[in-house]
Amino acid sequence: MAMLTFEKKYRVPGGTLLGGDLFDYWVGPFYVGFFGITAAFFSILGTALIIYGASQGTTWNIWQINIVPPDVSYGLGFAPMAKGGLWQVITICALGAFVSWALREVEISRKLGIGLHVPFAFSFAIFAYFSLEVIRPILMGAWGVAFPYGIMSHLDWVSNTGYQYLNFEYNPAHMIAVTLFFTTTFALALHGSLVLSALNPAQGEEVKTAEHEDTFFRDFIGYSIGTLGIHRLGLFLALAAVFFSAVCIIISGPFWTAGWPEWWSWWLNMPIWSGVH
Amino acid sequence: MRTALSGVALLGAFAISLVAVLTFTRPPINIVATGNPGTGMQLNYVPKQVAAALAINHAPAALPPIDAGPPASTVYKNVQVLGNVSSGAFTRLMVSMTNWVAPQQGCNYCHVAGNFASDSKYTKVIARRMLQMTIAVNTKYTNHVGNVGVTCYTCHRGAPLPSQVWFTGITPGSGAGLLETNMGKNLPALAINNSSLPSDPFTPFLLNHEKIRDQGTTALPSGNTQSIKQTDWTYALMMHYSQALGVNCAFCHNSQAFSDWSESTPQRLTAFYAEAMLRDLNANYMVPLTSIFPANQRGPTGDVAKINCATCHQGVYKPLFGAAMAAQFPPLLGVGATATAAATPMVMPSTMPMSSSSTTDGAKP
Repeated sequence: MAMLTFEKKYRVPGGTLLGGDLFDYWVGPFYVGFFGITAAFFSILGTALIIYGASQGTTWNIWQINIVPPDVSYGLGFAPMAKGGLWQVITICALGAFVSWALREVEISRKLGIGLHVPFAFSFAIFAYFSLEVIRPILMGAWGVAFPYGIMSHLDWVSNTGYQYLNFEYNPAHMIAVTLFFTTTFALALHGSLVLSALNPAQGEEVKTAEHEDTFFRDFIGYSIGTLGIHRLGLFLALAAVFFSAVCIIISGPFWTAGWPEWWSWWLNMPIWSGVH
Repeated sequence: MRTALSGVALLGAFAISLVAVLTFTRPPINIVATGNPGTGMQLNYVPKQVAAALAINHAPAALPPIDAGPPASTVYKNVQVLGNVSSGAFTRLMVSMTNWVAPQQGCNYCHVAGNFASDSKYTKVIARRMLQMTIAVNTKYTNHVGNVGVTCYTCHRGAPLPSQVWFTGITPGSGAGLLETNMGKNLPALAINNSSLPSDPFTPFLLNHEKIRDQGTTALPSGNTQSIKQTDWTYALMMHYSQALGVNCAFCHNSQAFSDWSESTPQRLTAFYAEAMLRDLNANYMVPLTSIFPANQRGPTGDVAKINCATCHQGVYKPLFGAAMAAQFPPLLGVGATATAAATPMVMPSTMPMSSSSTTDGAKP
């Protein structure tokens, strides 16, 4: 099931990071490995704890279930289970599961002898989560500044945390991140539409090649980044977007507590403006 | 080409690092939670910022209390407001007022030497009205000032002119030719956190009575006609509230629903009462004094200095960190004030025509 005839040939032993041959097997289409076991362990335990947390809460409404971090008065210490301790354990489970998932990607890449680009890319997503839930709370001295686990509640947290700095859109790293997010979707749209245009010519025409794609962009804007280059660019844009998102929240609080518009005073105070007003 | 590029990249990285190191603050952070855990409702301060605010916001030592002697009106002439205050308390307050407002200039800043009863100095006419205003704030607006109250020092801080006042800015809608209509925006001011919002949100809200509420009350549009521009005015005013009190939006609001009183903190109600107070103080106490102030103490358009949150708060959530200074001066709480002192509009000398033009100059969003 779910395995094509030629796939067997790629199911090679070895390449594991931990556990040797012990976990070097597949379940159906899925490679397991030591980190498959730990990923399953942490994700099942974490999910079960979220369900337990919901059972101790006031609602089973999926949108409103909310598991909150400890009050800021607990600082960086452990909190009782009912007062944020559950959130702390779930955070450990989440990080355990995410990191396991990345290392499982590493093992699969090693088996296939391919680069580590996929786990590298995924690690940026983990870094973003780690920034919000671990790095920033440690820098600010309280787990209570991290976001809660709940569909609506974490959005409320995002909104209020933004308003802590009056207007978050003046955050310089947020500006860069938003620009990169838009650019990455723009690049993906250009790339996707170009590939589809080459593969879907008019009725009766032959499928076109990468040369046609390059020529289109050379005619269009004088330059084509090329078939490999576009993927490098896409990866860079996407990862840079995530990286600057992490930066924008790490600097909000630990490195700036006032309104973000006020941060730009250094620009308004530059000598270039003397004589303008 | 490659080396040139890396050189540029290196220079750029250096410039960015330099700006970052010079402009950002650093931990530790003091956190004050204003909402339940996980809501993101909190205030953040760096110790340096708190120390700086504490250093400039403390009440001066009060003179020893005196409440003896016959009523001031029987001892002194032309005592219009504090007539029933004992002469001891009256003198104590006069000396305190000198310390609070004109410590360098002394009694003669307001009084004519040798004839203290004379009203010929403009400063004395203004001081009397300000005394009435102080009593009004402490008696009519306890819903805002609570038991902290205000004294002359709350705004003056030892200077004849309070440092935190506002004047009406450029009148919006005055764009010229093909230029975009001037909405009073893009004039960075610290009162609006140096943002691009309109830099004079005071005229519409704290002098005139424009609507602050701009959010719809229903999920889908149902007749809310407030425009983006009007919303900008409101946000600019809220920026000022934050700046004046040294807090962020979460001091009063849960941003999940800004307008919902049940999700707001108690501080929002206190701030709400201030709006009516400031309109009253500006329209009924400051604006009528316009012509009495010399021209060089008025604004660019000739209007009188007016009051906003920063005038008293000066960057702190409670003026002077809540020091109950007024309680040490019962006359400022209206004790011994002549019956109608706080309520009576000032009788203007006939040689000083009252100007009401500023009330109609106000910006409309």
